[in-house]
Amino acid sequence: MSRYIFQRIWTSAVTLFVVITLTFFLMRAIPGGPFTDEKAIPPQILTKVLERYHMNDPIHVQYFHYLQSLARFDLGPSFRYEGMSVNDLIRNSFPISLLIGSLAILIALGVGVPAGIVSALRRGGWQDKSAMVVATLGITIPNYVIATLMVYIFAYRLGIVTVGFWEGISTAILPAITLAGYPTAFISRLTRSSMLEVIQQDYIRTARSKGLRERTVVYIHALRNAVIPVVTYLGPLAAGILTGSFVVEQIYGVPGLGTFFVTSIQNRDYTTIMGVTVFYSALLVSLNLVVDICYGFIDPRIKLGG
Amino acid sequence: METMRSGNGASEASLSTIDPALFERVSDDEKRKDEFLRESVSYWQDAWRRLKADPLAMGGLAVIVIVVLFAAFGPMLSAYEYDAQDFLVANEAPSGTHLFGTDMFGRDLFVRVLYGARISLAVGLVASLINLTIGVVYGGISGYLGGRADNVMMRIVDAIHSIPLMIYVILLMVVIGPGLKSIFLTLGISYWASMARIVRAETIRIKNEEFVLAARVLGASLRRILLRHLIPNAMGPILVTLTFSIPQAIFVEAFLSFIGLGVSAPMASWGVLTSDAINTLAIYPYQLFFPAAAISVTILAFNFLGDGLRDALDPRLRK
Repeated sequence: MSRYIFQRIWTSAVTLFVVITLTFFLMRAIPGGPFTDEKAIPPQILTKVLERYHMNDPIHVQYFHYLQSLARFDLGPSFRYEGMSVNDLIRNSFPISLLIGSLAILIALGVGVPAGIVSALRRGGWQDKSAMVVATLGITIPNYVIATLMVYIFAYRLGIVTVGFWEGISTAILPAITLAGYPTAFISRLTRSSMLEVIQQDYIRTARSKGLRERTVVYIHALRNAVIPVVTYLGPLAAGILTGSFVVEQIYGVPGLGTFFVTSIQNRDYTTIMGVTVFYSALLVSLNLVVDICYGFIDPRIKLGG
Repeated sequence: METMRSGNGASEASLSTIDPALFERVSDDEKRKDEFLRESVSYWQDAWRRLKADPLAMGGLAVIVIVVLFAAFGPMLSAYEYDAQDFLVANEAPSGTHLFGTDMFGRDLFVRVLYGARISLAVGLVASLINLTIGVVYGGISGYLGGRADNVMMRIVDAIHSIPLMIYVILLMVVIGPGLKSIFLTLGISYWASMARIVRAETIRIKNEEFVLAARVLGASLRRILLRHLIPNAMGPILVTLTFSIPQAIFVEAFLSFIGLGVSAPMASWGVLTSDAINTLAIYPYQLFFPAAAISVTILAFNFLGDGLRDALDPRLRK
């Protein structure tokens, strides 16, 4: 088991390193520097500015410089927001995204898993069919369409909620529901198929023939094995919610990290794009690591392959 | 030799003693029992027959054909150009003259949605084909070589898989700049990892079969074995993955257009159309409805077809 964990930590570190390197050189490959402007900047000032951001050094020196600051968890200054560092931007906006994202994950698990169990147990019944129709719709409708429809219905037509400014958890609910749409649908399909598989296993027949109550059989014996695929899906789930937040936050006017990321793309704020990319990747790589290690504990078979 | 000949002689002798009256003629009816009543069907014919029996998959296929036909010929039949502006009829609601209404520049939304179908379908198809090529070659080589090469190649795929690709597509688009060609390129080089995994798994399954061994013994090159023997036999799963990757590419393109990295005006993909419509949603909701419905219906159709194809090509997976 420890060998497996060590191996996973090692591959995560390599992945992150590749990501950082790739991002750095991609951003340096963009034609035109970040200070290229319509206004001609006096050459003395330009030299000073370039010196300030170490832009005059050879590229490999810049690269090592960047790695050094990353090791200190310093993502560098923002080119567009004066006096702000990328760290400041993330510190201000990420908690909002984290709140919405965690809510979305809770909704996705809380609705998706039970829906999957019910449709597996009532296979072919109306519960199964309607759950699967809803799930298919959830998978095919793009999340920004769902978001705009929700804004239209709840904000414009019914006037129940306000959009455009942040008021804490009450404004987080609609974006969270929107983000949860696709994962809820996916999790319910995943749970359904794995539940159908598990329920046919011999040990379930044994449990039933022992005379256990159906509830005990389903929720104690079957569910434990049926949720294993859902655990593996947690990594992609987080990634999906993260990318989904780019548009969903914008539509609801939430000042989260997703909104900042898109704004910095539109502003061509290269250091912010780079910093947020590295931050996102580090977040997801470590999340995947945690999920994989948990998976190793939940499913003992993984040790053999370790 | 001696004993055999004598044995033959003995059986001939015993045969001649059988009374011919014991035999009777085979009736025509009985002869017919040996005929093949069913035509022999190939793998693909069999799959097609199963697919035809699946109403959802056939519905999806029909929708896709209709969308493709409309995308190809629709704009020619329409009286309007996709980029023709007419401010006198700006923001008109759907009517007989403008089926889907008009946008803020007075452009006919029906022809713009049809034109958007061209771009969105082209993105889906071209990006998926580039993915297919990279994924099949990469996965095929990795699976066929096996051992250390396979290990290294698959660790690279794992690394790619663990990064949210959308972020990289966005970064690449920022570097290359917006436009249709950039979208083809970035989507094509980003999303091949799952195709490579599937092709690798198939290759490992097939490469141990006798006919591949025979080809190797006959001195066939790696290229020939991959192209002639491994890939044709892995075609089923490849086709299914391809069907699912087309809607994914359409989706990603819509997403990119939405955050301002898509095709440039006056061209319009479905993503651009939905994104434009959101600004005026409160007043002209129909401008969002049509392109959004087009995306959703098309993605739904591809998903149904993909599910049906998977069941048809691999009956073991049917549940």
